[in-house]
Amino acid sequence: MTTPTTASADTVTNAAATPEREQPYAALGLKQDEYLRIREILGRRPTSGELAMYSVMWSEHCSYKSSKPYLRQFGTKTTEKMRKNLMVGMGENAGVVDVGGGWAVTFKIESHNHPSYIEPFQGAATGVGGIVRDIISMGARPVAVMDALRFGDIDDPDTARVVHGVVSGISFYGNCLGLPNIGGETYFDSVYQANPLVNALAVGVLRHEDLHLANARGVGNKVVLFGARTGGDGIGGASILASDSFSAGGPTKRPAVQVGDPFAEKVLIECCLELFQLDLVEGIQDLGAAGISCATSELASNGDGGMFIELEKVLLRDPTLTAEEILMSESQERMMAIVTPEKLDGFLAVVRKWDVETSVLGEVTDTGRLVINWHGEEIVNVEPRTVAVDGPVYDRPVAYPTWIDALNADSASRLARPTTASDLRDQVFRLVGSANLADKRWITNQYDTYVLGNTALSFPDDGGMVRVDEESGLGFAVATDANGRFCQLDPYQGAQLALAEAFRNVAVTGATPVAVSDCLNFGSPENPEVMWQFSRAVEGLADGCLAMEIPVTGGNVSFYNQTGDVPIHPTPVVAVLGVIDDVAKRIPSGWQDDGNNIYLLGTTKAELDGSAWAEVIHDHLGGRPPVVDLAAEQKLADLLHYGNEQNIISSAHDLADGGLAQAIVEGVLRFGVGARIWLGEIIERDGVDAATALFSESTGRVIVSVPREDDVKFQGLCEGRGYPMLRIGVTDSADTLEIQDVFTATLDELRTAHRSPLTERFGATIGA
Amino acid sequence: MPTIVVEVMPKAELLDPQGKAVAGALARLGKTRFTSVRIGKRFEVTVDGAVDDALLDEVRALAEEMFSNSVIEDVVSVEVIGSVNH
Repeated sequence: MTTPTTASADTVTNAAATPEREQPYAALGLKQDEYLRIREILGRRPTSGELAMYSVMWSEHCSYKSSKPYLRQFGTKTTEKMRKNLMVGMGENAGVVDVGGGWAVTFKIESHNHPSYIEPFQGAATGVGGIVRDIISMGARPVAVMDALRFGDIDDPDTARVVHGVVSGISFYGNCLGLPNIGGETYFDSVYQANPLVNALAVGVLRHEDLHLANARGVGNKVVLFGARTGGDGIGGASILASDSFSAGGPTKRPAVQVGDPFAEKVLIECCLELFQLDLVEGIQDLGAAGISCATSELASNGDGGMFIELEKVLLRDPTLTAEEILMSESQERMMAIVTPEKLDGFLAVVRKWDVETSVLGEVTDTGRLVINWHGEEIVNVEPRTVAVDGPVYDRPVAYPTWIDALNADSASRLARPTTASDLRDQVFRLVGSANLADKRWITNQYDTYVLGNTALSFPDDGGMVRVDEESGLGFAVATDANGRFCQLDPYQGAQLALAEAFRNVAVTGATPVAVSDCLNFGSPENPEVMWQFSRAVEGLADGCLAMEIPVTGGNVSFYNQTGDVPIHPTPVVAVLGVIDDVAKRIPSGWQDDGNNIYLLGTTKAELDGSAWAEVIHDHLGGRPPVVDLAAEQKLADLLHYGNEQNIISSAHDLADGGLAQAIVEGVLRFGVGARIWLGEIIERDGVDAATALFSESTGRVIVSVPREDDVKFQGLCEGRGYPMLRIGVTDSADTLEIQDVFTATLDELRTAHRSPLTERFGATIGA
Repeated sequence: MPTIVVEVMPKAELLDPQGKAVAGALARLGKTRFTSVRIGKRFEVTVDGAVDDALLDEVRALAEEMFSNSVIEDVVSVEVIGSVNH
């Protein structure tokens, strides 16, 4: 065993006495003006510990310095209705929504992109662990997870490495925690080749009275660190995540990745829930990026403003860690709580019961300063808000991309469309068997879906649904969406398309959309064209949420996503949360009985720009994305809700990527019930050709199946609400899908085409 | 036949959940003298014919690139045993 470091650290007194000492601020990711500002705030040079804290907390990842001015729109573009059910909004660990009956749901989506490229398994695993701790720190029990994933070209040899690592990392951590993974989405595109996206979402459930917040109030209250010991993992990870590029290397020789332990996290969940139940904590915060630096400065900023910590009391896994490294460590499975002195014994009894290691680090003060001592010497003395809240904010240059007009002018309308029956058949098969439209069960079958016994819907349904209250059946539904290709063509409209699709995916389950969380993945904010994409996407999303009157409750921004110098397509992943009175009333996504009528709701326009068809058949990206009509989306959601209340809808499935052809194939494959479809009336009413009817990605469209006896009622409902509707087919007991005058295919043929792409590249797995 | 033994350990700075679990089990059994356990991997690669420096270098390279994940693990030793065993 090595001996503990006792060499004295850089103290505040020492810093004041040696103003001229050179400090490695640049290696820590700070710009010169930022460093000078720290000196100005402190009135002296920072100690090395203070420099460590400022550098991680002022990184893009922790400070949102490039995105903050834009994100304010999510708070300002709101209405009374949007705020009504919002118990906790942006800025806390996760948003909390009142879902009725004394219940609340908290959810958030967060990125773990860069670590998942360096070390896919641990990167993705700790991504799940981190978002789950955000949920715990609100006082909620985590009940479900979900992931939005983007990988490189499915045929690139490195893609398999990342896919295998990420998927097993997610399944390992989530399955060990005993949380169902209820869906998400996966796309392959070469723009994500050296920069996959791993956006992890978690949902938690709590009673209203269990709500907890991250603040340190009450002078004399104890600051307690509990959970795993602090080690050398992920040091500098926070700044590396958001520094210019991660090949630039970290500030130290320490590894930039962390290793997670889901079993320790499971114990931590149960321990925290018992602490909440016995009312033993005043404030709580999880330790994620920037570790103790973040937890102490944020808790103090949100509370009475002062805190005193004795850093040597932190329990270490590696006794050689320096004070600076302890401040920056991103060791997983740690929490920080504020506990009153009277309740400390009770607190310690609970953590002992769960065998969770705990140390009392210090207490809340009224000095307005965050003071950290190291073996009796003061190494940090700062105003906490300067670290956690009032970091630098950049008004980055924004430039209209030079290439975008040419891209928008290059419409897919010039591409050859299939006209013969055999070409149409061939293209339907190529699309359903393409990487992005293929069945993703190779991935989702590696996840536990029904653990905890409350899952009502999961992959391949449009949204995941979980029961909250076993008595009443009250539940929630969640869906995530983002089409990077549409966002590349028009980030404003692309963000609204993501919102519209996630909204529709929740609505087709029978739930009512109530809130949004977003994970905004973009290239470098120092690139003015990327900043333009970002500003347009945020504006589009904020305007869209205002129009639909559902609030953004929180989320995360991830910049510097690029392969080489090429930024990823803007990928604002939108997660929509919906509420349903009784999960027993959910709407399935596939056809279950023969003889039901199949209706297409909404109209089909010649909208093939940016479509899956343009990509798969012509390798083309150009033109303008489909038009979004948010009012129509709301009307459609209302119609589905009302129809479901009347019990006249037996299934509903959203049309999106791949258009009607993809939706029909998914409809028949869901439960193996065939169908006969005719396109003639769509072609006639909407003035489009067969290829457009099959492959257009026009929005506001859903296919529903309706029992024969409810036909009149259903038609009356659509007419009464003025929503365009056409009967386009019937479900059929034959094991075939017939598209009249185009082709007939057996379900086996379709299933093989739809399922083989992932197993062919990544090998066999259970049930795939 | 000679055998080349490669040992790989999780990086010292990183958490080793397996080792931690075993250390916890030792403590529960009352074995209080043991303060830490770390668990690594041992590869025994049997060679056809004699081991020369070139082959050993090849195994060292394989150890770095294939037997271990350099992001989270270190190769701690590569050595030959049983080289004179017939």
